[in-house]
Amino acid sequence: MTDTNPLSAGPLPPGTRAPDFTLQSAPDKSLSLSELRGQPVILAFYPADWSPVCGDQMTLYNEVLSEFEGYGAKLLGISVDGAWCHAAFAKHRNLHFPLLSDFEPKGEVSRRYGAYRRKDGFSERALFVLDRDGIIRWSYLSPLTVNPGADGILRALEALATQASPA
Amino acid sequence: MSRRQGAAQLTPPVTARDHVQGPADAPVTLVEYGDYECPHCGRAYPIVKAVQKLMAGRLRFVFRNFPLREVHPHAEHAAEAAEAAGGQGKFWDMHDRLFERQFALDDENLIEYAAELGLDVERFAEELAEGVYAPRVREDFRSGVLSGVNGTPTFFINGVRDDDSWELEPLLAALEEAVVASR
Repeated sequence: MTDTNPLSAGPLPPGTRAPDFTLQSAPDKSLSLSELRGQPVILAFYPADWSPVCGDQMTLYNEVLSEFEGYGAKLLGISVDGAWCHAAFAKHRNLHFPLLSDFEPKGEVSRRYGAYRRKDGFSERALFVLDRDGIIRWSYLSPLTVNPGADGILRALEALATQASPA
Repeated sequence: MSRRQGAAQLTPPVTARDHVQGPADAPVTLVEYGDYECPHCGRAYPIVKAVQKLMAGRLRFVFRNFPLREVHPHAEHAAEAAEAAGGQGKFWDMHDRLFERQFALDDENLIEYAAELGLDVERFAEELAEGVYAPRVREDFRSGVLSGVNGTPTFFINGVRDDDSWELEPLLAALEEAVVASR
């Protein structure tokens, strides 16, 4: 059961329990989604490290990290790049959040989230915001060439915060 | 909702707090979120100047700060320097100077520019050191994030994010189109 979304029908929708996974977060470390239960989690699937523009998606999220953290949320970037590639990229861009390697079996986690481009062999630009119980509350698939920005994530986190503590 | 609805919208809209060039009643407003140390913004700078010239009284231009601090170590202070100059009525002079001297944005350079522009240098240096304009720059940055800024430069034409190329021809065409649409 490695591919629950064989037709790539789009990203897993809100209300779905986020499939658990364990992926390498550094050459000598791994991270399981279940370890983050109890806080909102942002999953940002993206096609590849080393995007040539200075305002690329991971660079932007790195700048917005403090806004995400203001909601107690943890950001995870996910692509099919290997752990050493991620390490070099993160160092070069001064990234302060983990990049996970969906590397072996290649793209398996991306597939389970409906965020894999099988013909290209890399992940979609897909965003998921999970609540503290690991349920997907917002998902968004961006056209491959369009950096989706961070506004959708912030609105989703704001909505979560409002629901968690009704005024 | 799984999909974002519509194109990214400028939030908040242009107000009196913004730095503005051109007539208030111009049919088109171009807003740039930019970073003084970003090479792409540096390349966009003369292009914006050119469209301003070509569209003369029909264009209002607004600049908001979006410093990418983790990749551009001088960007935050450069943004604060432009705001500090703005505090002395010379925002646009400093804005231009920073893009024209993008390769030299150390604090000592910023202070040198302030002197060249005839600002009260002591006040300028003090405000820069104390981060007096840091909250304002942060406000711009936050508004950019909420508006869907996804890199620098990001342009908004009459409040809607322009995802097309900002080379001279396409940018001018998009602005002219907005003039027509506003009629």
